[in-house]
Amino acid sequence: MKTIFEPTKGMLPVDTSYCPGCTHGIAHRIIMEVLEERGDLGKTIGVVPIGCSINAHHFMNIDMCESTHGRAPAIASGIRRVHPDKVIFTYQGDGDLASIGAGEIIHAAHRGEKFTTFFINNGIYGMTGGQMAPTTLIGQKATTCVDGRTVEQAGKPLRMCEIISQIDCAVFVERVMLNNPANVRKAKEVVRKALEIQDARLGFTFVEFLSSCPTNWGLTPVDSLKFIEKDMAEYYPVKNFKTPEGF
Amino acid sequence: MSKVLMKGNEAFAEAAIRGGCKCYFGYPITPQNEVPEYMSHELPKAGGAFIQAESELAAVNMAYGAAASGGRVFISTSSPGLALMQEGLGFICSCEVPLVVMNVSRGGPGVGGIQPGQADYFQVTRGGYNGDARIPVFAPANIQESVDLIYECFDIAEKYRNPVVIFADGMLGQMMEPVELPEHKGILPEDKISEVKPWAITGTDNHEGRNVIYSLRLQPDVLENHVHHMFEKYAEAERELVRYKTVGLEDAEIVFVAFGTMSRICAEAIELLEEQGVKAGLIRPISLWPFPKAAFDEIGAKTKLVISTELSMGQMIEDVKMACAGRWPVGLINRTGGIVPSSREVADRALKALQEVK
Repeated sequence: MKTIFEPTKGMLPVDTSYCPGCTHGIAHRIIMEVLEERGDLGKTIGVVPIGCSINAHHFMNIDMCESTHGRAPAIASGIRRVHPDKVIFTYQGDGDLASIGAGEIIHAAHRGEKFTTFFINNGIYGMTGGQMAPTTLIGQKATTCVDGRTVEQAGKPLRMCEIISQIDCAVFVERVMLNNPANVRKAKEVVRKALEIQDARLGFTFVEFLSSCPTNWGLTPVDSLKFIEKDMAEYYPVKNFKTPEGF
Repeated sequence: MSKVLMKGNEAFAEAAIRGGCKCYFGYPITPQNEVPEYMSHELPKAGGAFIQAESELAAVNMAYGAAASGGRVFISTSSPGLALMQEGLGFICSCEVPLVVMNVSRGGPGVGGIQPGQADYFQVTRGGYNGDARIPVFAPANIQESVDLIYECFDIAEKYRNPVVIFADGMLGQMMEPVELPEHKGILPEDKISEVKPWAITGTDNHEGRNVIYSLRLQPDVLENHVHHMFEKYAEAERELVRYKTVGLEDAEIVFVAFGTMSRICAEAIELLEEQGVKAGLIRPISLWPFPKAAFDEIGAKTKLVISTELSMGQMIEDVKMACAGRWPVGLINRTGGIVPSSREVADRALKALQEVK
């Protein structure tokens, strides 16, 4: 019998801890598929954040370490100094990266660190039960803004790609969305490009994934995907912000 | 080997390089700035890597990343900077990653001042991190001892897979003394890391199975077992790492307990007291944790008073009282705020305290 599909060796054959309809699993899978296709699984070191995806090291079949909250870019910077030839990435949510870790991501980009950050933006704190994030949309409800986020109370959501792309030594910055199969395939190619640019050691590489959190959004998985496309993508344009010449 | 005259902070940095340091991460803070400055130009020459971190938070986490992936890492800071690193240090204990941390301490609390202080005693021996963890702490009294400790502490950190702190007050960082520098141990090459540190995250091509460095243990029984495992290591550290020096305990009426700069002042105060016909002795803890309780069993029958002598409002005195266990009255001679007392001041106050207990 001919094998027409098999799961990537980059993911361990275990159930994930993610809720039904959460797109962490899709993001994990496309990153691991790209690493496997490039033959990189054995020479990759990943850093997981604080948040739901702290558990990623139970699912990703590579060497990994946990991070203190928000500091994954500093940790990856340290790993890079010991391992100049490895593939290194951080995987961070929006509370981790855009709130408590805003300083570390800016300075990793500013130094032009030669690793890739995969940024999962679902506009909410998932693991702690649905609090407002810096990325929560205006009017979006969360447990710390039950009537919806207001500009007066919490300002406007942070657009991280727009911020990072202002930094000269961040050389590749792109936002993708995980709302349908076509966009998942596009996202996978963006992951591949980011890792190719990491290989070229040109500077910092950053991919933001607009992602879902049905549990804390109070939406069905299907409605969550619609929310990504209609509401999130309107505020967070899905596009390439920066690509070095030749890529 | 010949001696060279070096400033403390520069000697600390050179000792770390010679101890095989691969990475140094630092953030400017007085009075330890010569350490990152020296590292920035000398460590790359020796084959290592330097980053001026954006904060102490970043520095300690860079250190964690580099050490978790197998590099020998040295970081330095001063008191408020160490406070910022505390979360990272507890996390690193939990993750069982080796690291050598130098605290060139100053006066506090808060931003405090930049003159020498020892009011970080609680911070280094009790920690400001959450949870159950311990960090061995060594307090040198001169630059040579600092150099020797830094050089050795990489091995201690790696044996116990835990951070180790060297606690030197700002006086030691800023003064100059002749020092004999040890041989360079060489940096562990990247392709030998997994052989020497099979737990390190180096990529699965380099070792059996998959390595994960982690702290999160959501199941209480699993977390309890892990903490017990850590405390088995700490029990061994309490047996193996106790270090101290004593002077004249057998016939001393007064026994000073002092570390670092204060121990040097006490040594002079002992001479001044002798001129006045009073015998005094000294217990100098070198390891602050584990605290050298055994030293107190060497105190002779003539002792009427034990005096904790500190550049703080009295922090070590808690350990001194526990070690004395009610056998002698315990007094305190101290200055704080960055003021270092003269040996005359210490001698006079000791004499007065002795008269009060007689």
